[in-house]
Amino acid sequence: MSRPPGRKQENHKISRELFVLTYGALVAQLCKDYEKDEDVNTCLDRMGYGIGVRLIDDFLARSAVKKCRSYSETADMIAQVAFKMYLGVTPSVTCSSAAGNEFSLILDKNPLVDFVEELPPERASLCYCNLLCGVIRGALEMVHLAAEVTFLQDRLKGDAVTEIGITFLRKAEDRKHKR
Amino acid sequence: RHRLSSNEKLLLASMFHSLFAIGSQLSPEVGSSGIEMLETDTFKLHCFQTLTGIKFVVLADPRQAGIDSLLRKIYEIYSDFALKNPFYSLEMPIRCELFDQNLKLALEAAEKAGPFGPGS
Repeated sequence: MSRPPGRKQENHKISRELFVLTYGALVAQLCKDYEKDEDVNTCLDRMGYGIGVRLIDDFLARSAVKKCRSYSETADMIAQVAFKMYLGVTPSVTCSSAAGNEFSLILDKNPLVDFVEELPPERASLCYCNLLCGVIRGALEMVHLAAEVTFLQDRLKGDAVTEIGITFLRKAEDRKHKR
Repeated sequence: RHRLSSNEKLLLASMFHSLFAIGSQLSPEVGSSGIEMLETDTFKLHCFQTLTGIKFVVLADPRQAGIDSLLRKIYEIYSDFALKNPFYSLEMPIRCELFDQNLKLALEAAEKAGPFGPGS
């Protein structure tokens, strides 16, 4: 969908239903392509990573936010600004380690699973929204923050809440030099 | 006017990349940015580094205003027409038609906004 040059930046709203259907079609196709849940999860994470490394510059260019000074600020930024901007939801953030490098994002609402009730029994280990983990991981890597991002709890698997865990792996101050 | 070849541009850009890093190391203050502006009698070089480490460099007439907003506009154009093009690979030269077109429009708009007319 190419935009003719010179047209003012309109706030193009695309149907949420189309987006959710597209994501569902993606997961369904991956389930056809791969027998094992772990393979689908890995593939979703890798795709998400490819999106994240590009999405970060869109986020920074549009939000014009200042550099985050701590992991806590970064986690807040992800939940309150980025999630809001791209998915229209604001997960709540808690710090889950004394060291201050592990955070949890609790998703009350998750538009990706609006039309998904629960996983089929043969796909019990599927992380349906694993794309999101890859996106966060890829985006953080491009601002020189290595992190592990996984689903700690998933309503689709029968847990009480959907919880994304972000673990920052290296002190931000240990960066030797800027790119 | 002497036009730099692609190779010359790459060479000069990589030299500037090093100078940029030296700039922040030379600073007597901690946590200094790199070179943001380099001024000569015939031009000003403006540099904007994103949090992802990409540098946008604009060479302009010393009297030209509005370069800061131009740099941010170019960042948006890059994030739209280069990064969102699935056939563009990161860190490669940008050969995207839409990127070139939109960049040209942004430059023309910035020139018009300057203290004197375009085509200088």
